Amino acid sequence: MSDQAENSLYQKHIPIVTRSVKGQFRTFKTAVMLLAYSVYFLLPWMPWQRVSAASQAILFDLTSRRFFIFDLIVYPQDIFWLAMLLFIAAALLFFVTGLVGRAWCGYFCFQTLWSDLFIQIEHLIQGERPARLRLQKQAWNLEKVFKIGLSHALMILVSFWTAVTFACYFSYAPTFVLDFFNGTGVSGGYFAVLVLTVLTYMAGGVAREQICLYACPYARFQGVMYEADTLAVTYDAKRGEGLKGRTIPIQGLKTHEERTAAGHGDCIDCGFCVQVCPTGIDIRNGLQYQCISCGLCIDACDNIMDSVGYPRGLIRFDSERNMARETPQAPKVMWKRFKVLGYASALLLMTSVLFYNIGTRSDTEVNVQQVRQPLYVMLSDGSFRNRYLIHIVNKAESDEIYAIDVEGISPRSLDMRFFKAVSIKAGKGLNMNAVVNLSAEDASKIDTFNFVITRASTKEVMKVKTNFNSPREHD
Amino acid sequence: MSQDNKKVTVETTGHVWDDDLQELNNPLPRWWIWGFYITFTFALVYWLFYPAWPIGHTYTKGVSGLNNVTYVATKVDGTQETKTTHWNMRSKLMVEMNELKAEQKPFFDKVASKSFEDVSKDPELMQFVNSAGKTLFSDNCAPCHQAGGQGKIKFAPNLTDDHWQYGGTYENIETTIIAGRNGMMPAFKAILSDAELTQVSQYVLSLSGEPHNAAAAKLGDAIFHGDKAGCYACHGADAKGNIAMGSANLTDKIWLWPDVIGAKTPEAKLTEVKTLIYGGMNKGVMPVWSTRLKPEQIKLLTVYVHDSLGGGK
Repeated sequence: MSDQAENSLYQKHIPIVTRSVKGQFRTFKTAVMLLAYSVYFLLPWMPWQRVSAASQAILFDLTSRRFFIFDLIVYPQDIFWLAMLLFIAAALLFFVTGLVGRAWCGYFCFQTLWSDLFIQIEHLIQGERPARLRLQKQAWNLEKVFKIGLSHALMILVSFWTAVTFACYFSYAPTFVLDFFNGTGVSGGYFAVLVLTVLTYMAGGVAREQICLYACPYARFQGVMYEADTLAVTYDAKRGEGLKGRTIPIQGLKTHEERTAAGHGDCIDCGFCVQVCPTGIDIRNGLQYQCISCGLCIDACDNIMDSVGYPRGLIRFDSERNMARETPQAPKVMWKRFKVLGYASALLLMTSVLFYNIGTRSDTEVNVQQVRQPLYVMLSDGSFRNRYLIHIVNKAESDEIYAIDVEGISPRSLDMRFFKAVSIKAGKGLNMNAVVNLSAEDASKIDTFNFVITRASTKEVMKVKTNFNSPREHD
Repeated sequence: MSQDNKKVTVETTGHVWDDDLQELNNPLPRWWIWGFYITFTFALVYWLFYPAWPIGHTYTKGVSGLNNVTYVATKVDGTQETKTTHWNMRSKLMVEMNELKAEQKPFFDKVASKSFEDVSKDPELMQFVNSAGKTLFSDNCAPCHQAGGQGKIKFAPNLTDDHWQYGGTYENIETTIIAGRNGMMPAFKAILSDAELTQVSQYVLSLSGEPHNAAAAKLGDAIFHGDKAGCYACHGADAKGNIAMGSANLTDKIWLWPDVIGAKTPEAKLTEVKTLIYGGMNKGVMPVWSTRLKPEQIKLLTVYVHDSLGGGK
């Protein structure tokens, strides 16, 4: 560690100016980006026929406390689906990371996607890396103000639309956007858009890789999931350095044969792999925590190898074990491993449980609560009365009629007043009073009985076991 | 590299104690200092805009007209008054209460405009009755009738059973709430001898099937229906009471003033009944609520007591 590092706890930010690159990983990255952005920005505008809420395919309706996801309606009491979903997300992350390293970081993470887009905006306005470096060193003249101003204005515009889109998921998009620009929207909407715009711009436009390096916990703990067989972006040092190390192709060291004869490796030290790296590292120093595994350095190196006529793959996705071999084999995904199979089975199990659970969900929720003040009442003829609050939620998208009955006691003991059969509106719940009277003799024998709720349209029957309280000898 | 070789490059305040003890001067980060100054500015602006400084018996009220709050207050005599004050937490609360009352109003109006029966047939309105009624009941009735309406023996009747001293129809209950009730029973210590008191008590116990002395009860029967004591005048010849005057039904299992259910031995039960006949009772008082609650509140409470607590009959 150097003197400087010891004296300062604060690392001054060195702006990373990346060079653009073409290649298979760049193409994949762009494809993921296009897909993710089209889904994210267009999904809130997708219409969907609904009865009890706005006609929007995806709507997280906080006021009615329901999430609409196509034909699925999620109520607050379905919170355990979220727990399962989080477990699945975690297992998927472990599984993928165990196989091919930090693929999430490199291609799918929001931070990566938005940073990438903002870098491309800079590239579009300010030009390729050398031009951007020149612009940075330049004095603040009209050109610099215009170019930097325009690119940041574009980033803020994208951030703003990102924020508006996010808010659209929580409100009916057409009216939200219309009200927003008319100045008649709710204050919470403006506040959310402001905060999200600032955060998106700060994270993607200003902080960029610093979020991955200093703020992101996943970046750090994904390293733990790497194994010897995990594919990681790797520089083939043996091939690149040769016996005497890498060197630039000066006179006499240009062809492959000349270099091999002189003991130099295939790396011509062009530095392209460093210039394209979005986190500004040199992959030739080995695997580092900063590496988000995006593979852009592989593209850069492959292009150079092609142009000088050396074989590709000096930098490639490869495993630690393979690299340690005398003669490395072609890298392949090693999935027949205990951990990977474990993650896969956990993933599979939990996904099927979640789907089964969602598939077999009931459109009705019944809850019976005993009135405990008082626990029981003695009536004038010596019989006993218990009272209950029945809560029925109709989760279906149509009004429903529910019939309420009892099982285990005489049907005549139940007094629902006018609500033996009751209609409940789509997406609504209803509380009803239920009174059960049992003769002293019955009360001494009966501890529990069932409320039976029948849904008229589907004949679905729900039974809720409940207690009947009365004074007992041992009381 | 060792720590000793490192030169101290940090600025010092120039103070030195004990030859070599120096005070380092590490300036605070600039962002921190600026944050500190900004809080000062914020406080100054806040003092100007909002009530802040106490001055003797009064206080600064902020920039008038900028953050005024207007709300409607209900005075003790029921009249309403619109008030506009400087910004404060209480007036904000009042505004919120006004808003909530306005949200409740359509429901209260609906209850007021419908008949008792129609209210109890409307499931959504009954849901409102259940929750608003619970609040009204807790605020006004629960001190005597208890939180769940289960009453308290020797004090306030149970509203969840099927016995209604003054009648359990909607109209009866509403009358009871509006005008109040005044239940009493005269003392019989000057009229009946101790033996007679015991006999009539035995008879009363026999009416509801409690353990009793049959021979004494027979004598008590005569006293009950005789003109000397004249119990039948209020409780009726069949001893089933009279809801017009609120006299108790002595033939059912429900007891309010003597704790016959709570008393475990026959002797204790007898004492309970006898004590009441001996000394009478003068505390069956239900207050008048028409002066304290609005008609629509009384109507809602009536439905709550009748349907949610378990009236009827």
